[in-house]
Amino acid sequence: MLWLALHFPWLPLDVFARGTPAPEPLAVTSSAGTDAEVVACNRAARRRGVRAGMPLAAAWALAANLRIATRDVAAERAALERIAAWAAQFTSTINITAPAEVLLEIAGSLQLFGGLNSLWTRIEQGISALGYEGAIACAPTPLAAQLFARAGLAARIHHLDALRLGLDPLPLEVLGWPSRSVATLHDAGIHTFGACLALPRNGLARRLGQHVLDDLDRALGRLTDARPAFIPAAIFTSSLALPAPVQEAEPLTFAARRLLIELCGWLAATGQGAQRLRLALEHEDHTDTHITLELAAASRDPEHLVTVLRERLARVSLASPAVAITLAAELVTALAARNLTFLPDEQSRAETVARLIERLRARLGDESVRGLNTVADYRPELAWRVCEPDAQRDAGAPGPASNRPLWLLVSPEPLAEAAAAPCYDGLLTLVAGPERIESGWWDGNDVARDYFIARNPAEALFWIYRERRAGGGWFLHGFFA
Amino acid sequence: MAAPQSLDTVLNHPAIWRGGSCARVSTPSVPTGFAEFDAVLPGGGWPAAALTEIYVERPGIGELKLIMPAAARLTYAGRWVALVAPPYIPYAPALAAHGVRLARLMLVRTTGSADSLWACEQALRSAGCGAVLAWLDHAPERALRRLQLAAEGSDVVMLLFRSARGIPPSSAALRLHLGKTGGRTIVRVLKRRGAGIPTPVALDLHDPPAMRATAANLSVSGRLHRLAALP
Repeated sequence: MLWLALHFPWLPLDVFARGTPAPEPLAVTSSAGTDAEVVACNRAARRRGVRAGMPLAAAWALAANLRIATRDVAAERAALERIAAWAAQFTSTINITAPAEVLLEIAGSLQLFGGLNSLWTRIEQGISALGYEGAIACAPTPLAAQLFARAGLAARIHHLDALRLGLDPLPLEVLGWPSRSVATLHDAGIHTFGACLALPRNGLARRLGQHVLDDLDRALGRLTDARPAFIPAAIFTSSLALPAPVQEAEPLTFAARRLLIELCGWLAATGQGAQRLRLALEHEDHTDTHITLELAAASRDPEHLVTVLRERLARVSLASPAVAITLAAELVTALAARNLTFLPDEQSRAETVARLIERLRARLGDESVRGLNTVADYRPELAWRVCEPDAQRDAGAPGPASNRPLWLLVSPEPLAEAAAAPCYDGLLTLVAGPERIESGWWDGNDVARDYFIARNPAEALFWIYRERRAGGGWFLHGFFA
Repeated sequence: MAAPQSLDTVLNHPAIWRGGSCARVSTPSVPTGFAEFDAVLPGGGWPAAALTEIYVERPGIGELKLIMPAAARLTYAGRWVALVAPPYIPYAPALAAHGVRLARLMLVRTTGSADSLWACEQALRSAGCGAVLAWLDHAPERALRRLQLAAEGSDVVMLLFRSARGIPPSSAALRLHLGKTGGRTIVRVLKRRGAGIPTPVALDLHDPPAMRATAANLSVSGRLHRLAALP
């Protein structure tokens, strides 16, 4: 058993501050009244002199542009659950310990992720990509890992024998005992874990309670420490409150990126890919704006989702600034991990083209990327249609075997006539034809035309026709490019 | 002593460059389908990791027919061909008749040259495309440099069609000019890698059997103006 503990000392602050990259001074207060105290503050506020435990009025005096948020314990709990759901991609044994710790059992995952160092790095980078500041530590028992993480030591202890040596210098504060017990021990000159272990066990239990002894034993692995397991939810939805109202696309993308990384971790843990996502932007004085992202192929690649979302947000113009973002995965499908191949094959090529089409559509609009298909119709303007790229092809009848031009005009252009012959940049001479097309009486678009291939003095070849119905006249319909 | 080799085998040594011929540049390329045209192109075909500019005098002289064999070859190999901002409708029955597999064709419609350039860059970065054909009339030199760099990072054939009114200087790897005289499409190479300017190549693009037969019909049926008088 090898436990990895993630300790988030600034969780009350991070749940508010992770939505923006360069926050202004921000402080989290214990309650909403004016006699509140500062619970935590970010670096910008600390530089102004604001400290935890300071009354709010004093903090206002030091930093006039300080942003205040009331501590939201429910949001902190939800954040821990989101982090645990994201971490489920690394292991299936996870435990959340309030108020600020997530424990992962990683002994079984070391081989898949290439050893402790690479797993540690991945988790570290993932935590900071999610927007949290956390301390990581690793030990054979869960409580010992928590203690190391709380003390800020990035310990990597694999065996129980080395555990005692690592735990000895830890200060007693990390154990979380009642302050009276800790004060009693301090008065007796006991300041570290090792010193506490050296005390006689009966005396310690009688003075401070059996739980103190149990904690020491659990940390050293002498007592079993069964932790309730965390199961990721079946449906993913996650919210982020923005510290300041935002209307531009780039800051919204930054905040949404945090949510997308959580989503991708959850998708990896449950073996699924997202096909439809809904992003809801909350406004103060407006109904929520909903943006739906449809993906052609299920995906759990965070970079791809961020790119598509960025292009989509750039096209949306908000009526009023958004104060919170919620991401929900509406449609997820099972997505097996892809086997990497040496040579690019049809399957991987189809995936990259699907992503290209999604990116193009996100910026240019859904109608801007189309495929072409033939239609079995004699009328030239109806013998083709747009369709989905790579749609299943119905066997479009090959049509008349004669020549057709590669360029077709959107609508036929009437040609000027000189001496009863058509002109386009000069007098046209008819080279081939006529091909009589009369069709379509059944749907009102009937045509009656004689098609010719014509050449002009500059030697360009055109597809022109003479209208046989009332009105007559020569028209240009295409170029033989 | 080794048997004496013929002069040709000696001169075919890769370290020898004969001044009049095109250097054997090892660019990956897609054969154009026209042997006389392949002979003047470095690499023997449309260059794959570079930008090619094609200046067309006017539409209807065979500019699309020139690339149909390569497009057919690429689409049947499973690679996609993207058409970005074409000036007219690419007619599906004609494309199918030239052998292009429509299931691998992508039509991208944009509303400005900035969007067209962005779409080209995205298509060049994606590994699934085999060729990108774009129609851009006004493109600043900086944007073309970016396209050139994006093309070099992939193995996609990038063809940029521009009108031949006023040919600006450009850093594209291959520049062609298309005109038509005497019933044949004349391809002039304005710039290529590896050698000087070759003589223009004349290709017979517009002489399919069907047209020749009906031209014979016309001469049999008499003067052309009688057709105009048909009801």
